[in-house]
Amino acid sequence: MTAEEPLLQATNLHTWFELRQWGFLRVGSVRAVDGVDFELGRGESVAFVGESGCGKSSLARTLLGLHNPSHGDVIFEGQHLSELKGEARRQYLARVGYVQQDPFGALPPFMDVRRLLSEPLIIHGVKDRDERERRICQALQEVRLTQVDEILPKFPHMLSGGQQQRVVIARALLLEPAMLIADEPVSMLDASVRVEILNLLRRIQTERGLTLAFITHDLSTVRHYADRIFVMYAGRVVEQAPVEQLLDNPQHPYTRALLAAIADVDADNALDERDVPDGEPPSLLHPPEGCRFHPRCPQAMAGLCDRQDPPLFEPEAGHYSACWLQDPERD
Amino acid sequence: MNRWVQGLRELRGYPSAVGGLAIILFLVALSLYTVITIPYSEALDRWRGGDHWQMNPVNAGPVWADRLLGGNLPQTRVVESDNADVREAPFEGGKQVRIPLTFEYDNEGFPSELNLFLNQKGTQQEAFVRLTWHTPSGETIPLGGQRVSEEDRISISQNRALEGRLGMVPHVGLFAGGSDPADPRAERGDYRLTVDAMLFDPGAELEADLAVYGRVHGLAGTDYQRRNLMLALMWGTPVALAFGLLAAVGTTITTLVIAATGVWYRGWVDALIQRLTEVNMILPMLPILVMVGTLYSTSIWLMLGVVIALGIFSAGIKTYRAMLLPIREAPYIEAARAYGAGNARIILRYMIPRILPVLIPTFVTLIPTFVFLEASLAVLGLGDPELPTWGKVLNDAQEQSALYNGFYYWVVAPAVLLMLTGLGFAMFGFALDRVFNPRLRTQ
Ligand SMILES: Nc1ncnc2c1ncn2[C@@H]1O[C@H](COP(=O)(O)OP(=O)(O)OP(=O)(O)O)[C@@H](O)[C@H]1O
Ligand code: SF4
Ligand SMILES: [Mg+2]
Repeated sequence: MTAEEPLLQATNLHTWFELRQWGFLRVGSVRAVDGVDFELGRGESVAFVGESGCGKSSLARTLLGLHNPSHGDVIFEGQHLSELKGEARRQYLARVGYVQQDPFGALPPFMDVRRLLSEPLIIHGVKDRDERERRICQALQEVRLTQVDEILPKFPHMLSGGQQQRVVIARALLLEPAMLIADEPVSMLDASVRVEILNLLRRIQTERGLTLAFITHDLSTVRHYADRIFVMYAGRVVEQAPVEQLLDNPQHPYTRALLAAIADVDADNALDERDVPDGEPPSLLHPPEGCRFHPRCPQAMAGLCDRQDPPLFEPEAGHYSACWLQDPERD
Repeated sequence: MNRWVQGLRELRGYPSAVGGLAIILFLVALSLYTVITIPYSEALDRWRGGDHWQMNPVNAGPVWADRLLGGNLPQTRVVESDNADVREAPFEGGKQVRIPLTFEYDNEGFPSELNLFLNQKGTQQEAFVRLTWHTPSGETIPLGGQRVSEEDRISISQNRALEGRLGMVPHVGLFAGGSDPADPRAERGDYRLTVDAMLFDPGAELEADLAVYGRVHGLAGTDYQRRNLMLALMWGTPVALAFGLLAAVGTTITTLVIAATGVWYRGWVDALIQRLTEVNMILPMLPILVMVGTLYSTSIWLMLGVVIALGIFSAGIKTYRAMLLPIREAPYIEAARAYGAGNARIILRYMIPRILPVLIPTFVTLIPTFVFLEASLAVLGLGDPELPTWGKVLNDAQEQSALYNGFYYWVVAPAVLLMLTGLGFAMFGFALDRVFNPRLRTQ
């Protein structure tokens, strides 16, 4: 994957949300994405994990062009997203499909399936009705909604959650994207259909050779659906590695804590504790100095971790971690 | 669309919906019938008044109201010379003509007026006519003679000399028989007016039509200009509905689009819209309309324009804004942006349709408020100068002190139609509200 040009590159990407009082007074910025660099190859499936509020959705939206980056840029097929205007920007939007978390909310409730699937095609200038119908049917077949005639006239509320999410996926596929971004695609679905939908996404991704970037909280299943994992903490990617390496040999203390928390939940079968490490999630308004994880890190080194921001180290090939522990020059 | 069909089906269970819809359909049918049978230009022309109405009585009540109360007041009848046994006798340089105009009178009360319409053809010469009145009891009353030109009207009711002789106005005196002038009673039976004419041209012809004006006329009665009120009541319907509908559509759509635009763009656009709304909310609509009407023109189209213009930044914007704000953040709108929907498309196709069903009941109940507004303007004397409308009828009635004079029908009929309109739309709107809104709230 490193041989050819990456499909998408994020370079020093920042997405800050300005907080204003009375509509104009700037009182600070929420640093939802705060300096992220990575490359996604063609046909690769990557998972983004991290606790709630660490900026996963903000990153996804920035990649989708829904938020403008405050610094840095997204480079897609060699083009800088910030430079795309008008038609070129729309072309970009067609190349990246979006699957949201809440399938019912993602579908306009007042449109039937035929109408809501026609929308992207109409917007992208497919004027011929038969052509639209053909492409809609094809997309519905691809997401295994085979009773096309039955589905087309239905409104979203008449569909089951799984069917709704299949329609959302079909919509994301209609414009022949090169990449799909799925933000927690199964977390609002019934447990019984989660695996189906994940398998569907994986199958489509391999069959079409798509790049799939999905956000998940479920580290236990990620092994089957992702090639690489990105661990995010406080607006940064703190560890990235091929899935086996990361799960079997986590380097960053935050990743370890995350994996331990999951193991705990599994062991106790408890519902009370979230799958998050101990301690307070950091403020994105005033992130901690130095390593952002240091207030919660059991291995924090005084004088270093609370002063200096760790860069990305590469403890093994293709495995990156932003932690001073992985500094090869350490002692 | 399924949801609409289902909603409409559910409506059948509400008597108020059925009743309201029946009233609305009746008004719509009446409008269509009116517009088809009485063309617009003809309606305007007739309402201007004049000769078209000369065979109508002045200020006559509706027939059915009188009959319902067991009355038997006379309706207008016209006795024409065409059906009469006309005798002619030629003389040197002309001819003598005798036209007996006979009719049977068996109503209570007296006619409201007597006019004789004369029409001489085939000559430029003036004729001389002498009129004689024959009562059923055999009495003969000479009504005098006079010169008449080609087309002439002899107002028997206006004959002061005759009034002096009879001691009563002629259209009462001529029918009173021998009864007490203080409490006259109409004598029933066959009357005859004999027209004896000297035509000073052998080729001349004379037509004479006697109009015995009644005290009741048609379904709606007549006004002080003999105009049939039915014309205004009928034509008032399409005018009222069109005004109400156009004003409601115009204000609702513009308001919605503006509210959605503000919500979508936020920032200064939204702030500007909000401030304009607040300013507009304290501007009083009626005084502005009165000002425009007084200083500029009272054309109904101008009024419609002003109403819509004032309605653009109406208080509705605040309501719509509150409804649209959460929709702005809906995931399906984010999805639409992600597949390339532009701002206009999102506002018009994704935000507005979401709240449209909730607005339909409000929209339906908004229609009559504009109908009332138009009527109020007309009552204030700022109605369209040409169009016959309900408000204009009320305005005329008020100016002629209709209620003081006992012409109740002049006020009641347009008022009932206005109330019917309000009732129909309100009943239907409330039922719609009950059917469409609870479902949407839970959805
Ligand atoms: N449009 C916005 N304006 C201001 N702040 C925002 C906006 N969107 C997100 N944020 C803030 O950015 C931070 C990151 O949010 P984000 O939704 O990216 O988190 P996340 O990792 O997706 O969390 P979760 O797992 O709960 O979905 C949060 O503190 C959130 O409040
Ligand atoms: S840099 Fe220091 S504080 Fe941060 S994760 Fe590594 S050890 Fe912990
Ligand atoms: Mg999220």
